[in-house]
Amino acid sequence: MFGDPVVRREDPRLLAGQGRFLDDLGRNALAAAFVRSPHAHARILDIDVADALDVDGLVAVYTWEDLPGRVGEPLPLLIPHPALTHGRTAYPLARDVVRHVGEPVAMVVARDRYLAEDAAERVRVEYGTLPAVVGLENAAAAEHLVHDDVPGNVGAVLRQETGDVDAAIAAAPHVLEFRLDIERSASTPLEGRGVYARWDADDGSLRVYSSTQTSTSVRAAVATKLELPPGKVEVIAPDVGGGFGVKIVHPWPEEILVPWAARLLDREIKWTEDRREHFVASAHERAQIQYVRVGFDDAGRVLGLDVRILHDHGAYTPYGIIIPIVTSTQLLGPYKIGAYRAEVTSLYTNTLIVTPYRGAGRPQGVFCMERTMDRIARHLGRDRTEVRAVNFIRPDEFPYDQGLTFQDGRPLIYDSGDYPGLLAKIKELIGWDGFAAARAADPSRRLGIGLACYVEGTGVGPYEGGHVEIDPTGRVHVSTGLTSQGQGHQTAFAQIAAAELGVPLQDVHVVTGDTRRFGYAVGTFASRAAVMSGNAIALACRRVRAKALRVAGEALEADPADLEITDGVVHVRGDRSARLPLRTVAVLSNPLRYSFDAESAVATQFAVGGSPDEPPVPPGEEPGLEGRDYYSPVRSTFAAGMHAAIVETDPDTAEVRVLRYAVVHDCGRLINPRIVEGQIHGGVAQGIAGALYERMAYDASGQLVNASFMDFLMPYATEIPHIETDHQETPSPLNPLGVKGAGEAGVIPVSAVIAAAVEDAEGIEVNAMPLSPDDLFHLRRRAAGRCHPEPPG
Amino acid sequence: MSEPTFPIELTVNGVLREARAPARRLLSDFLRHDLGLTGTHVGCEHGVCGCCTVLLDGDPVRSCLTFAVTVAGHEITTVEGLAGPGGEPSTVQRAFHEEHALQCGFCTPGFLCTVTALLRDTPHPTDAEILEGISGNLCRCTGYQNIVRAVRRAAGEA
Amino acid sequence: MKPPPFGYHAPRTVGEALDALARGADGPDGGGTKVLAGGQSLIPLLNMRLAAPAALVDINGVTELDGLEATAEGVRVGALARHSRVERSAAAARVQPLLRRALRHVAHPVIRNRGTVVGSLVHADPAAELPAVLALLGGAVELASARGRRTVRARDFFRGPLEPALEPGELAVAAFFPARPPGTGVAFAEFARRHGDYALAGVAALAAVDGRGEVTAARAAFLGVAGVPVVLDLTGPATTGRVAAAVRDRLDPEADLHASADYRRHLAGVLAERAVTEATTEAREDR
Repeated sequence: MFGDPVVRREDPRLLAGQGRFLDDLGRNALAAAFVRSPHAHARILDIDVADALDVDGLVAVYTWEDLPGRVGEPLPLLIPHPALTHGRTAYPLARDVVRHVGEPVAMVVARDRYLAEDAAERVRVEYGTLPAVVGLENAAAAEHLVHDDVPGNVGAVLRQETGDVDAAIAAAPHVLEFRLDIERSASTPLEGRGVYARWDADDGSLRVYSSTQTSTSVRAAVATKLELPPGKVEVIAPDVGGGFGVKIVHPWPEEILVPWAARLLDREIKWTEDRREHFVASAHERAQIQYVRVGFDDAGRVLGLDVRILHDHGAYTPYGIIIPIVTSTQLLGPYKIGAYRAEVTSLYTNTLIVTPYRGAGRPQGVFCMERTMDRIARHLGRDRTEVRAVNFIRPDEFPYDQGLTFQDGRPLIYDSGDYPGLLAKIKELIGWDGFAAARAADPSRRLGIGLACYVEGTGVGPYEGGHVEIDPTGRVHVSTGLTSQGQGHQTAFAQIAAAELGVPLQDVHVVTGDTRRFGYAVGTFASRAAVMSGNAIALACRRVRAKALRVAGEALEADPADLEITDGVVHVRGDRSARLPLRTVAVLSNPLRYSFDAESAVATQFAVGGSPDEPPVPPGEEPGLEGRDYYSPVRSTFAAGMHAAIVETDPDTAEVRVLRYAVVHDCGRLINPRIVEGQIHGGVAQGIAGALYERMAYDASGQLVNASFMDFLMPYATEIPHIETDHQETPSPLNPLGVKGAGEAGVIPVSAVIAAAVEDAEGIEVNAMPLSPDDLFHLRRRAAGRCHPEPPG
Repeated sequence: MSEPTFPIELTVNGVLREARAPARRLLSDFLRHDLGLTGTHVGCEHGVCGCCTVLLDGDPVRSCLTFAVTVAGHEITTVEGLAGPGGEPSTVQRAFHEEHALQCGFCTPGFLCTVTALLRDTPHPTDAEILEGISGNLCRCTGYQNIVRAVRRAAGEA
Repeated sequence: MKPPPFGYHAPRTVGEALDALARGADGPDGGGTKVLAGGQSLIPLLNMRLAAPAALVDINGVTELDGLEATAEGVRVGALARHSRVERSAAAARVQPLLRRALRHVAHPVIRNRGTVVGSLVHADPAAELPAVLALLGGAVELASARGRRTVRARDFFRGPLEPALEPGELAVAAFFPARPPGTGVAFAEFARRHGDYALAGVAALAAVDGRGEVTAARAAFLGVAGVPVVLDLTGPATTGRVAAAVRDRLDPEADLHASADYRRHLAGVLAERAVTEATTEAREDR
């Protein structure tokens, strides 16, 4: 059960076309569409809606001036941080100035989406264009400003430091300096965002469905903005067609405006984001320039590492500087670095906002560290795995304090790990030691091998909760507040509950992301669901189990300590003759006055025994077989892994083919290996995408010129290699289940791995990702130009 | 001025269905919003992602690149129509379940329709034929590996 | 991403279709009437509202346009013949094997189930496969209008990117792809970022050999390197083994999002070399 690769509970519905995604709801709702800025930076001079009013089926058009009170205020800055000295957020509908293409300017509500788009097309907006700031170097040069009141376009300068880096590097026998570049990509779930709101005028309450990674926090935001008591707002995340980070951002402008208009018009309204909107109006990630200076000794031990990073956070900072924090801390990976300094300058540009996408700053940090390790190895003429090994934190050094502050505001202390063990496994899996000989035997081909290591802080706080109730039919209802986007929570959480309670898996039913069922939660991000909700559910189950044993002990006249639960039946340990099914325990736990069937009759007042001097519900107990508990960790738990790949490059077309891709992964105890493996496959595919295919191509004027699936090259099955996986289980000492997160792991080291393998195949330095055939063609040309002064024939 | 509508009659999953819609109504929207069959999903509306794939007279097509009015009188099979008469899952649906070939499930209906037709036309595909067969469908969750395994399994069991 | 409103005509015969087109052509906005066949290029443009025709003439019900004939002279493809049907036709593959080889590179199988060969030619995308094939083989497109019928040869048909030689009121009813003569070979090669994408560059090639296997003619048509398919006579370079260099000297592609001009030129050379070699091999085997 726990630890078994059981098939998923959520599949049958989804396979039969019975999923309920956002746009599957609200068949009779009105449709919203948005007029969005076609300019990267412009002043709004005039908005004329007259033409739109002629569209048959139009219900309403709103601009910023229509937004009352808090609805019209700037969106919240979700995660303030002292280093974010110049945080800025957008208005739900642009007021005066637009700062990126796609920024919403007006909202149209009409009978259906076709008509809403007809009307949106007819809203005439007059803009006075302003100079657009695009690209990190332009942002840093600050010839023009994104926000008039943000000097230098600098939103934040974040410094993380341990030891005296300058002294360490000055004293180091070897020093290297170089620059690395990473471009933008994006989560790109196949279902975009979406909001559907119903106002109940009789009850004065609002029900909001959102394709979100956090329904409880959307509820808080909507209640605040619409000035409603939180108890009058329910938010439900229905089936969500992928998130990968982008749907953790909230409240989106649409999440405020759609409920607001639904209340104002007293009509159901739905907005379903289309693909073009998703490209220009949701969020991107990744883009950084990194300037690295590293000092090391003859063995390759890093003595000092100094990294200056320019981070592009787009036009606004609603999600704070989480990505720079994660990059600058997780950069250290499995290594003990002598002295370390990271300085991240987070810059405004006239492009879409940058918020976490699976990996959330880690792919960039790992790219930096692993490219550094490869350079050290090359400089010293040592094997790349040897250089890594001499820098590893040893298994006996845990807990290991890196001396920095992590994204949860807690010290960066690794809880457990076995990095030499992982290295041995990945070398074995990919055949590291035999590769050189195999390549030498086949000199006609350009083959290369690369590997990369990472440590991922997972399961960040502050908390999650779980509620467990066993009903009188024996069904076990589990709920937790965080949301699901395909991670198989209904299965994994059911496995945890079934194991804790001793009930059959099929009796357990899990609900996530529905504030009607569980109101206190944080959300699904940072590979935290299994750690946070998994442990909370386990703890809640333990409460319910204890109560079941108390109630059953009384009925069976046995000491609860002698009882256990097997297959949903309480019995005396070693003796199955005295037994009570949990469904009966559930009935007994709820003393009744009224009976409505034979089952409940046994709990009525003339049927139950017990002492006449004690209340039917004993002091300290509550009726019902249910329990609730929370898990709140002191700090994050740290998963780790290593990936390796063998690539072949085409000497003529400069195409990179990944021949083999191997993953060794340690996320502590596995709840369901099948699901963990699926997460790794998906993560690696996104990593391959980021390494070889995907980038957000902005032109100098701030237009996203590849805003379609035609030109943003999300890989198909034909582009993704077969992935070989192996696991290592180093339990976390921090939580009852000993688990660590696994959701993001797959994506984290892939760019570093591919860069290393291509570099190995070509003998050319690879310092930028992604790498297209065109890029490799030009790298070859430049390298050839350096070796052979005469132009190639 | 109100837009003209057309009576559109289609056989969907063996059942004759009719609704009125303007000429510009995409088949995807017609199925989802006019007929209430929301199993067919819409992921890009420019024909690249494959989420909206349905079978038109048995052959997989993009319902987002087809006007409902154009295919009036034809037969459509959607994901809701793939199961057996008693609702038991098809070989392909079962294989997707057993091989963990879906995560969020949003792209899944398109894959199921595509693969159903692929295995009907090529009951024992090579790996290359499987990849070619599903090459027009995007999945952001699975990395495709388990989808390929599911197709192999379905082919083996068919 | 929903199409804008448009007038809609669903003719059952070519005559009705031409009437509808003629009415559109005479209407207030001239070329505002478009023909809808497979729709795999047109409907994305409509969904993105990059095109807003006043009316569509939907020819999917015009069964007389559904022809596919393979004769000793060549393959005649009617305006409603889907890519997949032509691709699967054994007769068409026998008469002109290049068709099937190129069709396998057209988008994805599901798109090919709906898209039409003639539609692809009329769309005249410079990165599309079939215009290059038609240009290489010296094929033609048959056009009809209320005024009568005419046949336009490939070299006159592709006027510019997305600019076919179609006058207002004209309907492309068929395309003709000449047969592969004995002693010749054909090949198709392209390079796309993802399988099924429009290629960064591509080549359709044809080679002929004499009785001793010596190359007597070599020709290649390129896609993705100019606004229209470019046909180069490579007979000389093919006999001296300098195809790639000759191609790079004679092409002047432009840069776009996915490839620089230099890389595209380089790639065209690589692909031409591969395709001409393959075509030559086939020609020798066919002696």
